[in-house]
Amino acid sequence: MFSPENEKKIDEYISHYPVKRSAILPALHLAQIEHGYVTDEDVQYLARRLDMRVNEVEEVVTFYSMYSRKPIGQYKLQVCRTLSCNLAGCDKITEQINHKLGIKVNETTPDGRFTLQEVECLGYCDLAPVLQVNFDYYEQITPERTEEIIEKLK
Amino acid sequence: MTKVLTTRFDLKGEACDIDVYIKTGGYQALTKVLKESTPDQVIEEVKKSSLRGRGGAGFPTGMKWSFVPKQSARPKYVVCNADESEPGTGKDRDLMRYDPHQLLEGMAIAAYALNAPNNYIYIRGEYWYIIAILEKAIAQAKERGYLGKNILGTDFECNIYVHPGAGAYICGEETALLESLEGKRGHPRLKPPFPAIVGLYGGPTVVNNVETLAAVPWIINNGGEAYKALGTEKSGGTKMFTVSGHVNKPGNYEVPMGYPMRDLIYKDCGGIKGGKQLKGVIPGGSSMPVFTPEDVEKATMDYESIASLGSMLGSGGVIVMDETVDMFEMTMNTIHFYKHESCGWCTPCREGTRWLYKVCERMKKYEGKPGDVDLLDDLAGKILGKSFCALGDAAAMPVQGMIKKFRPDFEKRIKQNFVQLTAAD
Repeated sequence: MFSPENEKKIDEYISHYPVKRSAILPALHLAQIEHGYVTDEDVQYLARRLDMRVNEVEEVVTFYSMYSRKPIGQYKLQVCRTLSCNLAGCDKITEQINHKLGIKVNETTPDGRFTLQEVECLGYCDLAPVLQVNFDYYEQITPERTEEIIEKLK
Repeated sequence: MTKVLTTRFDLKGEACDIDVYIKTGGYQALTKVLKESTPDQVIEEVKKSSLRGRGGAGFPTGMKWSFVPKQSARPKYVVCNADESEPGTGKDRDLMRYDPHQLLEGMAIAAYALNAPNNYIYIRGEYWYIIAILEKAIAQAKERGYLGKNILGTDFECNIYVHPGAGAYICGEETALLESLEGKRGHPRLKPPFPAIVGLYGGPTVVNNVETLAAVPWIINNGGEAYKALGTEKSGGTKMFTVSGHVNKPGNYEVPMGYPMRDLIYKDCGGIKGGKQLKGVIPGGSSMPVFTPEDVEKATMDYESIASLGSMLGSGGVIVMDETVDMFEMTMNTIHFYKHESCGWCTPCREGTRWLYKVCERMKKYEGKPGDVDLLDDLAGKILGKSFCALGDAAAMPVQGMIKKFRPDFEKRIKQNFVQLTAAD
């Protein structure tokens, strides 16, 4: 289900807690990194692996906004929309992505490369506006740099 | 000004290396308590410091620690709340990425005071790269004998594990955080029992914010009295503030408690961007009522002063807004946040935040009905104090505060007012 390397990581996570179930959040992150999103197989497999019921895994996956149960783009472009980023002009970043890739918020490019999302506060208020691409951050981002970043990833 | 928390920030991350940390005075406090102090003495010192929880609630830290029973059938835990997600706040991020060992040392001292062998840092999942920084620091500390078994030749054992969250504001609430750490949805628990009695896996648990724990090594090295003396009578020590919005130099600033808000904004942060006029300031993260420029003149950065002016110091997220800002838009943005982040557990918060948003949607289009401003205020009042946890209050307080201080920005969103205003133009 997972690469041997990630299987080892899951074993490591499990060893951190007195109950296996506690490893579900980190394990779901690994599932998403390896498979792009949390697949049906991931849910079944992790339920068995962590002594949980399938519905218990589902209810965790659907609660936390970082997990996706549907395929999404290879690169998740997440623009923070909350107060400080709003004051710093995050709308212009979103517009730039709309324009550059022809996708609106919550849409994916036809080639499956990019998904655009607006997200709530990422904790970079003093360095606003911020763009998150998968696990990378771009602080004090401008529309011009947004374009450069997309060009590089294309 | 004496710095407690940010002394290694100038090294721009070099202090992530344990050798640099030790060279600059690191792990002396842990060594000192293991040699010289009993757990009770550590708690006494922290009590003397008047350190209060820096996550938002401001509860006295020493007192929180003293609530944990000495004897317990179940293991005890120290959990560090690194879920930092209050809009306007980005201080814990820098405390962890520039000086991770300081946090680990503070946590180890807390674990010694409470006799907790296994401890967790619950960090928001978006701070993924910081997890790697912390894990590397933990491995180094273990190698040098500052963490793990038989620390510095004693029988004290302390392990620290990093646990990633996955994008849920509610998990910053301590009981929701514990649920999440146990592998469940982050729904808050009923209190009492408080976590100090029944917490993680049913064991007595102390949940402390990153900044709170990071202050502990300094307190041990310099004494609780010295820490207290840095601040005011009731708010001891220093505090970090994340200043964002329309200032020339946004950033994280460590200042003594009692520091004038005016100086923070106009001196440290270089004043309002583009020479514009100040319109309002949110003093302690998005859930706190807004200040007018008059309030800013009077306020000092400590729990008492901010509270006396009708707001709260909260997490220290200072959001500065200039004259061009429409406070209705800011309020709607805030409501969107809380609507999204409400965990759905209790009705007033889940439904109330949606209703607030619904009213805002028509007001945004200048199609508000007569009485809509009072309706917003009333809806917020029906959430305030009636929700299961403090998230409901956090959603309601800023709405009421904004309407109270900037009512004209809301009134012009009412259709008939708007028609009159445009006709007058």
